[in-house]
Amino acid sequence: MKTTTAAGLLAILAIGGLVLACDSNDTNPLTTSSGKLRIAFDNVVSTSDLKLGTGSYQNSSGETFTVTKFNYFISNIRLRKQDGSDYVVPQDSSYFLIQEDKPASQTITLNNLPAGNYTGLTFTVGVDSLRSLADITKRTGVLDPALNDGMYWEWNSGYIFLKLEGTSPVAPALQNNAFFYHVGGFGGGYDGKKTINNLRTITIPFSSSVAAVQAGAVPSIQLKTDVMKIFDGPTKLSIAQYSSVMFDPYSTNISNNYAQMFSLVGVQANQ
Amino acid sequence: MIFLKTISTKRIGLFFSALLFALVLACQSQKTSDPNPVPPDPGGGIDYQTTPVTLREPANFPTKLYDLTTNPLTVEGVSLGKTLFYDPMLSRDTSLSCGFCHQQFAGFGHSDHPLSHGIDNKFGTRNVPGLQNLAWDREFFWDGGVTSLDELPISPIQNAVEMDLKFSEALNRVQKNPKYPPLFKAAFGSDTVTTARFLKAISQFLLTLVSADSRYDKYVRKESGGTLTTDELAGLALFQQKCATCHATDLFTDKSYRNNGLPVSGINDQGRYTITLNEADRLKFRVPSLRNVEKTFPYMHDGRFSSLDQVVEHYRTGVTDSPTLDPALKTNGKLGIALTDTEKTQIIAFLLTLTDNTFMTNRAFSAN
Repeated sequence: MKTTTAAGLLAILAIGGLVLACDSNDTNPLTTSSGKLRIAFDNVVSTSDLKLGTGSYQNSSGETFTVTKFNYFISNIRLRKQDGSDYVVPQDSSYFLIQEDKPASQTITLNNLPAGNYTGLTFTVGVDSLRSLADITKRTGVLDPALNDGMYWEWNSGYIFLKLEGTSPVAPALQNNAFFYHVGGFGGGYDGKKTINNLRTITIPFSSSVAAVQAGAVPSIQLKTDVMKIFDGPTKLSIAQYSSVMFDPYSTNISNNYAQMFSLVGVQANQ
Repeated sequence: MIFLKTISTKRIGLFFSALLFALVLACQSQKTSDPNPVPPDPGGGIDYQTTPVTLREPANFPTKLYDLTTNPLTVEGVSLGKTLFYDPMLSRDTSLSCGFCHQQFAGFGHSDHPLSHGIDNKFGTRNVPGLQNLAWDREFFWDGGVTSLDELPISPIQNAVEMDLKFSEALNRVQKNPKYPPLFKAAFGSDTVTTARFLKAISQFLLTLVSADSRYDKYVRKESGGTLTTDELAGLALFQQKCATCHATDLFTDKSYRNNGLPVSGINDQGRYTITLNEADRLKFRVPSLRNVEKTFPYMHDGRFSSLDQVVEHYRTGVTDSPTLDPALKTNGKLGIALTDTEKTQIIAFLLTLTDNTFMTNRAFSAN
């Protein structure tokens, strides 16, 4: 009898202990306050909207050109909170391919963000080295090297971070007046062998605006991506001089240019 | 607290053990999960049973490099991979398969073709490498441009002068062909044809292509049939002295990239430089394995030599100097490798002992 009582008491203690011990780990995602955030990329050329195939533009070298393809990867997104800390979007949910010919790709949605006020955004243009070398099963969707609309060099394992193609009267007639800029190179390979690194990190503060993430409202960050900056950045890119740049040391000048092509248009409280 | 006296210490111990165990169990489900986890494979909860295959690792080989935990070999996966390897549906006009350029009797190289020969009788710029012992490699192609076996097939399938088929179309054709969904289901538990499953199945088949039964292998492993003649033994000694710097280990390559002094041809192939953009890598190509070298002619990255005699003669008298020439081919200011006529004959005699007929006739690797 005494034994039974003791056992009962110990059992109660044990159950109590269990409840207490697990209490601090209890993070039920359903009750945690979280929300969504959208980031919308509007591809433009200076003050004009980008129109594939039809729009005609002129760079500061005086070269007129038309754009026929414009794609780029956005990855490794981090959001700055008002308290100065960062929320890092989980790796597996942080790769996006923006394509001018696919309007749906131009707005990306980040889910399950902790509620709070966000004051800035950091992202990478391109695909980081770790993911570039990851097992093929970890590279699905836009990262599928065989199915991502040619954003991969299968002869030199690696993603093409940005692809800008078009035509210009100053591009060689022998290539049908077409120009091609395919920029990639993650600084990589393994065993310390380094190649060109065209990964660029972009930080966009929301200026005086705040994106308030909460249940029931989806704030939207409106960004502008200016193709003209690819020509008119720190390096003046002349189509006549460089009509085709792919995996080439000169591509670093282009990535330095496109590192400056993003700017904030505004923050919408609820989209 | 009197009753406590009646409980043995042992029992209290048991209780606390049980308590701790319960704690562990109770807390297990509390792990915070990634808010956006990668969705599990759409297997549909269907049970499937695969039969594991053990990759052969010959005793005289170094440690393999392919991580089999990312792609465990199974009878079903290997079989699917072999079917894909020999399927001409993977070329635009359904005229050629992977096996077209990788012929088993030629050590999975393209016999008698200096340059790769693909669709519409088009030619590439390099000689087709033989496929063997791929689990011991981590870089592929003459320039090392592909860094994972699981990505390799994308290149020849999409290459305009090889199979010239968009990969999405290759997957589409495979998905629509009634023979494949059951094979995918048997291998991966789902009949959906994905890039990863398609590629991993081909990897599984390629990984089984282990060549390690030449007369030389039997000699070093002291197995029956491993007898070498006096000339072959002399050739082996010379090889170790004069060739093994680059053609190292029993894989007969140190997997480095070297400029072996070939005069630059009209193709003007810059080799490894096109991958690394490093000036020091100009004109460097991967040191090929010499296994089955008797059958993998023509030789060199562009297939410019058709006989082993020409190859050895190149190293003896044909090496041309350039800024990236391999130092091993320029010692004491002299170009090439010093060899007498007898030594040349002996080295070639040794190279012929690397022919693995078991490998080149194994029905498990054949089309059917």
